[in-house]
Amino acid sequence: MRHGNRRLDVVLILGAVALTLLPWYRIDGGFYGFGWLAGFPLSTEVAPGLVQIAAHGRWWLAGVVLLLLLAGAARGMADPMRRGAALAWLGALGVLFLSLQGLAIGFSGWTWTISESLFGALSDGQPSMGAGAVLSAVVFVLLFSFGLAERGVMKGDAFVVSAISLLVFLVAVFVFYPIGSMFAGSVQDFDGSFNPDGFIRNMQDPGIWSLGCVIGGGRCGVAWRTLWLAIMTGLGSTLLGLAFALVATRTRFPYKKGLRLLTILPIITPPFVIGLALTLLFGRAGVITQGLSELFGIEPGRWLYGLTGIWIAQVLSFTPIAFLVLIGVVEGVSPSMEEASTTLRADRWRTFRRVSLPLMKPGLANAFLIGFIESMADFGNPLVLGGSHGVLSTEIFFAVVGSQNDPSRAAVLAMVLLVFTLSAFLAQRFWLSGKNFATVTGKGDSGAHIALPRGLSIGVHAIVIPWGLFTLVVYGMILVGGFVKTWGLDNSLTLDHYAKAFSISFDGSIAWTGVAWNSFWTTMEIALISAPLTAIVGLLTAYIIVRQKFTGKNVFEFALMMSFAIPGTVIGVSYIMAFNLPPLEMTGSALILIACFVFRNMPVGVRGGIAAMSQLDKSLDEASLTLRAGSFRTIRKVILPLLRPAITAALVYSFVRAITSISAVIFLVSAEYNMATSYIVGLVENGEYGVAIAYSSMLIVVMITVITGFQLLVGDRRLRRENRVAGLAPSRQEKTA
Amino acid sequence: MINQKAGSVTFENVKKTFGAFTAIPDLSLTIEPGTLVTLLGPSGCGKTTTLRMLAGLEHPTAGRILIGGKDVTMLPANERDVSMVFQSYALFPHMSSLDNVAYGLESSGLSRREAREKAEEGLSLVGLAGMGGRLPAELSGGQQQRVAVARALVLEPQVLLLDEPLSNLDARLRRRVRTEIRELQQRLGFTAVYVTHDQDEALAVSDRIIVMKDGEIAQSGAPRDLYEFPASSFIADFMGEANVIACEVVGIDGAEADIRIGSLTHRVPAGRAKPGAASLAVRPGAVTLAEGRGEGLAGRILHSAYLGDHVEYEVETDVGTLFIVDHAVDRILPAASNATLGFKNRGIALISN
Repeated sequence: MRHGNRRLDVVLILGAVALTLLPWYRIDGGFYGFGWLAGFPLSTEVAPGLVQIAAHGRWWLAGVVLLLLLAGAARGMADPMRRGAALAWLGALGVLFLSLQGLAIGFSGWTWTISESLFGALSDGQPSMGAGAVLSAVVFVLLFSFGLAERGVMKGDAFVVSAISLLVFLVAVFVFYPIGSMFAGSVQDFDGSFNPDGFIRNMQDPGIWSLGCVIGGGRCGVAWRTLWLAIMTGLGSTLLGLAFALVATRTRFPYKKGLRLLTILPIITPPFVIGLALTLLFGRAGVITQGLSELFGIEPGRWLYGLTGIWIAQVLSFTPIAFLVLIGVVEGVSPSMEEASTTLRADRWRTFRRVSLPLMKPGLANAFLIGFIESMADFGNPLVLGGSHGVLSTEIFFAVVGSQNDPSRAAVLAMVLLVFTLSAFLAQRFWLSGKNFATVTGKGDSGAHIALPRGLSIGVHAIVIPWGLFTLVVYGMILVGGFVKTWGLDNSLTLDHYAKAFSISFDGSIAWTGVAWNSFWTTMEIALISAPLTAIVGLLTAYIIVRQKFTGKNVFEFALMMSFAIPGTVIGVSYIMAFNLPPLEMTGSALILIACFVFRNMPVGVRGGIAAMSQLDKSLDEASLTLRAGSFRTIRKVILPLLRPAITAALVYSFVRAITSISAVIFLVSAEYNMATSYIVGLVENGEYGVAIAYSSMLIVVMITVITGFQLLVGDRRLRRENRVAGLAPSRQEKTA
Repeated sequence: MINQKAGSVTFENVKKTFGAFTAIPDLSLTIEPGTLVTLLGPSGCGKTTTLRMLAGLEHPTAGRILIGGKDVTMLPANERDVSMVFQSYALFPHMSSLDNVAYGLESSGLSRREAREKAEEGLSLVGLAGMGGRLPAELSGGQQQRVAVARALVLEPQVLLLDEPLSNLDARLRRRVRTEIRELQQRLGFTAVYVTHDQDEALAVSDRIIVMKDGEIAQSGAPRDLYEFPASSFIADFMGEANVIACEVVGIDGAEADIRIGSLTHRVPAGRAKPGAASLAVRPGAVTLAEGRGEGLAGRILHSAYLGDHVEYEVETDVGTLFIVDHAVDRILPAASNATLGFKNRGIALISN
């Protein structure tokens, strides 16, 4: 253990720093403002841990000091196995102790009556954890990992053990703790005491569960409406996606490249923009509605505002995703299967129905489930088009921000939504896994796909061409919409909306006078901070999943991927419930937005990383290890350079997602940190469609610029041999709202 | 200058399991410093697992591993004084040959300049001086292989590990490179552990061969011992093809033994044979074949195949069906004809278990 002592010393010193040099509790003005240096180290607010114990009556923090001292004493132990055991235990106890004291002691004293009766009342509570407390938690996690590494876990690789432990710790804090708090919050009163009334009342609410529309008499509950919508959206987008995929691969359609471009659209489109464009077309003041009413005297109706409108918007939004999934499936059906079928005297129609289609079935089911989850999680379109006919995600939102302010209702609705999406996710994982016939094998698979039967070919063209044109019109509306004065009333062209949003005046210095600038720069800042973090966390996880073997790896992978299936609204609600009060308080800060983006977008980085890393020969890492390089050096010098395309993809994707997402963000923004999307939604709610659409198209332009910029920036790797790395082209990922 | 320091290798009761599967039940072996030892066996016999445990890429479930007398059982790969040549070479495709060779030196803490100087030396040692600027993809298969060897050797490890280093080369090149490796090993005097499933390769390069089967050592010894005195029919068949037939040892006369095979008697090196029933390994080339019935073992040709410089026969006899290689190509015995078989003096060995 040559490095064992050095890394341990570093961590012990960090522990000492956490207790003596950093403010233990959260600083109201923000840590990076460094305003706290003025009162340091004696005032109650900014004192470090040791001073808090000695002078401010926070005696319980002595537990942290004791555990760290014991760890310091354990450093001297000679036997590595026993020292490892001691360090691992001290680390685990430290994390446990910190979490317990944080949860048990709130602002004004004990939060739990059981501890109050055990230890007696406290004269004073404690604020939320700050830099010192957070650093000491990290120190304990590292002590735990070093201890395990010294006992030979993961072949004694301290870097890998630490990485796994820290990831588990972070996911626990930022995914499972919030979800848990939300569950706890649903059965609590405002003062925190146990009170299941609200929970029971909401669980039995006919507004959620009523089956009125089926048995006649009134409307169905929001849960059933959402389920119905999700099934219809899944079906619609899968059928359309299949039609597009067939046209793109099995016909001589002349504009195939254009079809492929379609797949980028959902990635760069903020989710509510489609709904917005539909309003401009079919809303009461929409172009088409107005046109029809003038030409044929059809009364402008409100049919768009409800499930029908949401359904159209969602099918428009998610068809490209289904297309992306299904194009791989359709191409993956081995041509030799179809050729075999034709040599067995089957005609084209029989071949398609009996061979090709059954082989695509698992892929179709997968596309359906993705569409289902996307529809469930979609927040932007229902918000814009839903009117009074809400779905679960919008109901959750109104339960929290509206006049009702009923957190336990929000929690119940969130649970219902979570059950739906997680069931779909589980179905996708377990029922579909291993059922994929359409895998491309390494064997040379020559031959060509047979053409579609004539009738089917005409059919898919008849679907694809109108729908493709419709999509073009909708996106055209987005670009043109920003230049039109007032839709339906005054269709003259104007630059007013852009001027209002993005005006700049030169008054000696540049003044950002446009209304959009504030949220625009915040969005850019937060997206730029969270993108690299997401890429790091995602790729590190991918490395661990692909390259390391350890017990519980499947659970680890599953838990990470599960966070993918948690709808953004649920994350949003759970974050405000978890991070509003001690022990962790982050609401209203940029930090909570960054944490939200990192842990919501990470699974995509993980998937991309896994795909890319599986293609790198494992003997490359092993060669590096036998050449005296540790895991960290191996990652830095060998794996990362070979993963550059995957890194770019992860960076671009998380950057773009941070800009376009709305569902979780809308709960977490504050006056100081407002994001572009939530600002646009605000504009829509005020009826300022012109500015909203101008801002949206501006965002789309920015994202296209960023994506192409990245593609140009990242040159080719210095490799000639194509075979080993050819598959590393940035894999586009499906997207979840 | 590259100075090798040869170290010994010891496995003490090493056990390795993967989940419920036991790859190595209980392995003990010693490798003398400065020798080239081959681990030979069919795929799945545990030879690669043994090598990877030595490299530190797998850790044993139980037992101890010593390198140069030092216990390295729990040491990670990057802290062990061994280096390895991989089957796929595992050259880093984004680095030049020189950077590949210098990589391990830099990891060991040498300055960039020192590492490059030494890497140049390593490249010229394997005959690639001046090729340092090329990427692996710009080198031929044989050159890539030599870069991989140089990369491992410049670290001056106590033990060099080679995992099927020739399997990605074509047959002609394979012969040349294995000679080069052997020559390099004898010149520099390092300890080498060589894994292969090709017995020709093993016979050609080794000081000692360890044949493994199902995670255990089936037999170990000098190449010649293994070929001439196989300890089991598995070894006899694995070390060059052999017909294994039953025989009876009727008497032992010093170093030689008299045996009876059906109606025939013959004299073979005794090895460790005892009188009584035994098995005999007969190499396909060690059988003489004559037309018609005569004095010797009666046989009937089942099948014959002409292969240019020799003819392969399957012959049915009283002691079983024999596979025979005959170099008399101008006379081919047709199927279903009668033949008389005799044994040559070389290529026949008693199996000593």
